[in-house]
Amino acid sequence: MVHDLYEETILDHSKRPRNCHAMQDANRQADGYNPLCGDKLRLFLKMDGDIVKDVSFVGSGCAISTASASLMTESLKGKTREEALKLLDKFHELLTTDVQVSKDLGKLVVFCGVRDYPARVKCATLAWHTLKSALTSGETTSTE
Amino acid sequence: MSTLPKTIASLDVETLREDFPVLKQTVHGKPLVYLDSAATAQKPTVVVDAIRRFHEVDCANIHRGVHELSQRSTAAYEETRDKVRRFLRAKSNEELIFVRGTTEGINLVASSWGRKNVEAGDEIVITAMEHHSNIVPWQMLCEEKSARLRVIPMNQRGELILEEYEKLLNPRTKMVAFTHVSNALGTINPVRQMIQMAHHAGALALVDGAQSTPHIQVDVQALDADFYTMSGHKVFGPTGVGMLYGKLKLLEEMPPYQGGGDMIKVVTFEKTTYADLPYKFEAGTPNIAGGIGLGAALDYVNRIGIENIAAYEHQLLEYGTEKLSAIPGLRLIGTAREKASVLAFVMDGIHPHDIGTILDQQGIAVRTGHHCAQPVMDFFNVPATTRASLAFYNTFGEIDALVAGLHKVQEIFA
Repeated sequence: MVHDLYEETILDHSKRPRNCHAMQDANRQADGYNPLCGDKLRLFLKMDGDIVKDVSFVGSGCAISTASASLMTESLKGKTREEALKLLDKFHELLTTDVQVSKDLGKLVVFCGVRDYPARVKCATLAWHTLKSALTSGETTSTE
Repeated sequence: MSTLPKTIASLDVETLREDFPVLKQTVHGKPLVYLDSAATAQKPTVVVDAIRRFHEVDCANIHRGVHELSQRSTAAYEETRDKVRRFLRAKSNEELIFVRGTTEGINLVASSWGRKNVEAGDEIVITAMEHHSNIVPWQMLCEEKSARLRVIPMNQRGELILEEYEKLLNPRTKMVAFTHVSNALGTINPVRQMIQMAHHAGALALVDGAQSTPHIQVDVQALDADFYTMSGHKVFGPTGVGMLYGKLKLLEEMPPYQGGGDMIKVVTFEKTTYADLPYKFEAGTPNIAGGIGLGAALDYVNRIGIENIAAYEHQLLEYGTEKLSAIPGLRLIGTAREKASVLAFVMDGIHPHDIGTILDQQGIAVRTGHHCAQPVMDFFNVPATTRASLAFYNTFGEIDALVAGLHKVQEIFA
């Protein structure tokens, strides 16, 4: 049912996204773009050595992509670069496979319903792909 | 469209729907409501049967075979050229070139006519509401030739501003290319007037007929179009086949578009002489089955009558416009006084993709996104829209289902 996709936490984060602002003193930044639906996102990272000290985003997108960016920022703070990338893999697994939901995902499990909507997987992963590019190269990334 | 009858058009839609098996299904447990015909129209059984019959009974390559099957397939394929000629009211079959669709038709002209006739400093005029297929080929040509691409602006209703168009025209203008009906907004452009203006400036005019041909009567001679191009799959035929109309004199002077079999008279290693029109532009084995399917589709449309289709759809569009306008927080994008088929809109605080997904769960198929017209989205300052597009097989009840679906969307996001 459609309510599994538009789960309460997702609706909440899409209407009131957390960490949704530009960051003046970010030391890493990347842009994400989904040409298929026009979703745009700019991600800001403040890294303290290997640790994500702060993270924020600005952009425009659908409820799924906005909520995904919002929840991602919440779950990243304090994580190491390696932990962040590992979480990305787990999140991607959650959306694209039938494997048992990993406990490490925490609140991110609300995106479980997206796996039944293949056309929307890209919406949920845009922020995460942008994160990867911010952590690795810092270039514009595209989910197409 | 101003001459349409005020009374309810008598189209027996329920009976016509029987011709479209695809419409008789449920999606996510709800009856399918197909409101995406501007992307591709559904195909009636007669089209599916014609394609099947070709493959089961007449399948052979066309034009060169002396055997019975080849003659049958050639006759059936060439008959479609004749049907399109009558459909577009062109003068002769030599003026009709089979292409893959509107996109290829435009590319053919930009590439063949454009390379020969456009020079540095020349200008090509398009409009602010073009589909990417009527932007990019001209951009590529302008880049190659150091020519300039100029754009006719539109107003907030989604109507072209003809005074501005007039100002753009000058002796360097070589071509004006524009859509007859906008796929993103539904606007019907004043094509005849726009062509006259182009001609007055000494330029040619190409019309993108992808969205007009399923909905309104086209007469390329009355319009005096130099080029007019259409897609089979928008007029209830199969994908991968369409037609380019060009005035005979222009086509004769244009070099071939692609080289290969079927477009030649004599080939030696020293020199090749090209085939006469229309074959000069038709290299390689074409989409024979698709061409035959297109012929069946046009027969079908003609049986209903394009005037009847236009009259019925006009009422459907007015009903939909009224119903959607009454939804709080909904804004129609594209409110031209002359419109066909398209109801595009945005809703406060709800992204089109979320609208599309929730409608889909109710069996309602709409398009969401930029509709291959990103400059149109930029103009209206929206990232994307939701588009419901109509065909004659849609009903007033389906409009009501759309409205109910949108209320449900608002409930979820309340």
